[in-house]
Amino acid sequence: MKRVWNNYRYLILRRFTQIGLLFLYFGANAWGWTILQGNLSSSVILGTIPMSDPYAALQMLAAGAVMATNLLVGVAVAASFYFFIGGRAFCSWVCPINMVTDAANYLREVTGINKVTGIKQPASRNIRYWVLGMSLIISAIMGVTAFEFISPISMVHRGIVFGIGFGWAAVLIIFLFDLFVLKNGWCGHVCPLGGFYSILGKFSFIRVQHLEENCTLCMKCKVVCPENQVLHMIGKESLPVLSGECTNCARCIEVCDDDALRFSIRSMVQNKETGE
Amino acid sequence: MSENIPKKKKSALSDRRKFILNMARGAGLATMGGFIWSAFVDEVTASQLLLRPPGAIKETDFLKTCIKCGLCVEACPYDTLMLAKPGDHKPLGTPFFTPRDMPCYMCPDIPCVPVCPTGALDSSSVSTDGVLDINIADMGLAVVDAESCIAFWGIQCDACYRACPILGEAITIEYQKNERTGKHAFMKPIVHSDACTGCGMCERACVTEKPAIRILPREVAQGKAGNYYIKGWDKNDEKRLKDAHEIKTTTEISKQSASDKLNGGMLEDLY
Repeated sequence: MKRVWNNYRYLILRRFTQIGLLFLYFGANAWGWTILQGNLSSSVILGTIPMSDPYAALQMLAAGAVMATNLLVGVAVAASFYFFIGGRAFCSWVCPINMVTDAANYLREVTGINKVTGIKQPASRNIRYWVLGMSLIISAIMGVTAFEFISPISMVHRGIVFGIGFGWAAVLIIFLFDLFVLKNGWCGHVCPLGGFYSILGKFSFIRVQHLEENCTLCMKCKVVCPENQVLHMIGKESLPVLSGECTNCARCIEVCDDDALRFSIRSMVQNKETGE
Repeated sequence: MSENIPKKKKSALSDRRKFILNMARGAGLATMGGFIWSAFVDEVTASQLLLRPPGAIKETDFLKTCIKCGLCVEACPYDTLMLAKPGDHKPLGTPFFTPRDMPCYMCPDIPCVPVCPTGALDSSSVSTDGVLDINIADMGLAVVDAESCIAFWGIQCDACYRACPILGEAITIEYQKNERTGKHAFMKPIVHSDACTGCGMCERACVTEKPAIRILPREVAQGKAGNYYIKGWDKNDEKRLKDAHEIKTTTEISKQSASDKLNGGMLEDLY
C-alpha cells in the first residue's frame, strides 16, 4: 500500500483535483452550488472571484470583441496563477482531456503499440505553436473565437456540466488519435491551449529539479514523461526543468526510485546554482 | 568550383535550405489547415434562426464576445436557456432557448444578464434609467401564420393573447365580421413589434399541432422599408432621412441630358 502511494501519489492527487473540480462545476449547474460556477472558459469562485481562460480572451481580442472589465479581472486571476505558480499545471491537474490522453498513453504501453510505432515520432511538437498562431489569425479574419468553436476541451467540460450531445465523439477522436496515430498526440503536439500555457508558464515558480548525483540512469522518468524532451538533463547535469512545456504532472518524480527528481521552487533553484 | 565540394555534400541539404524548407512545410500545412478550420468555423457560426437570452448584443458581436461559460444558463431559474451542444446544429457552446419547449418567463430581475462576464449580454440594453427592465428586452419577434392560426379560421381561440406577459400590448385582438356565417366575428391576434419582447410564451401556449405563432429573430422576421419610402403624414418618420444620402447611378443613357440623348440617339439609329 505504501508502495502504491509512493509510486502514484501525484497521479492520485491529480485525478482527485481533476474530478473534484469537474464535480464542483457539475454541482453548480445541477444543484445550485456556488463554490465554482461556470466552466473552464470562465467561472466564478464562491460567487465573487472571477476567473477566465486567458487564451479564449486572447482570441476574443484578435476577433475584435470589446473586452469587459469583469473578463479582464478574470483573465488576470487565471493568468497570474499559471504565470507565477503552476506553469502548465492546467494541463495535468485541471484539464479533463488529460484523463483521456493518459488512458490512451497507458493502453499504448500495455498493448505494445509503442513497439509497433517505434520511438521516432513522425510529427513535431511545435505544431501546437503553429495551431496557436493560426487560431489567432482565423479569429481576426473571421471575427469569431476560432479555437473555442472546435476546442474538444471546452466541448467536453461544457458537456459534462451542461449536457454533452455528440461531444463524446470529440473525446473518442482524441483517444483514437493518441492511441493509434501519435503518442502524446493531442496534449503533446497539437493542443494550442497547451502551447499557450507553455509560453505563459515559462517562468513559473514550481519546477521539477533533477539531482544528478542520485540518478542511476534507469530512464523510467523519460519513459513515463508525456513531454520527455524537457528531461534532456537526466543523468547529465543537476538542473531544474526549465522548459515551459513541462506540465508539472510529477509522474517522473513518483517513478524515480532514487530520489533524483523532486519539486522545487525556482528562486531556491537559482540560489543553489550560484552557490548560496 | 566543383573540386572544392566533396561529392557526398551534393545530395545533403545545407542548414539554411533545411530551415527554409521546414518553414515552407509549416506554412503550407498551416495554410491548408487554416482554410479547413476557417470553412468549418464559418459553417458552424452561420445559424440564423437562433434565439438568444435577453440583452444579447448583435449576433456577429455575440459570436466573438460570448465566452461560452454557461453562467447565464446556471442563473436561469427555469430550464429555458441551454448551451448549444455538438449535434444541436447551432454555434457551439453559445446560449439559446427554444420557446416551444421552454419560453423565457421574463423575470423582473433578469438574473441571466448581470452574471455575464464578457458583456455579450448587456445589462444597459435591458435597463430603463439604470434599473433592469425585462419589458424592453428584444429576444425576437412573434410572427403569426394566418393560414394555420385557427382564430383566423373563425374558431374562437385567444391562447396566445392570454399567455402574453405584456397582455394587451404585444398582442391585441382584432375583431372582424365573419362573412361566411354572417353572424360571428373573427378574433385575430395581431402582434405589435414595438412591445413584443420575443419571450415565446405565446408560442408555448399555442394550441395547434405545430405552433401557428412563433418567435423569430428580429433580423429574420422584419423587413426594412429603407430611405426611399417615408410616411409623409408622420413627422417622426422623416427623422429617418437625416442620414440618408443620394445615390447617383450613371449609365450610358444618363450621361447626356434626357432630351439630348433621346433626340441624338433617334437620329443616329434612323439614318
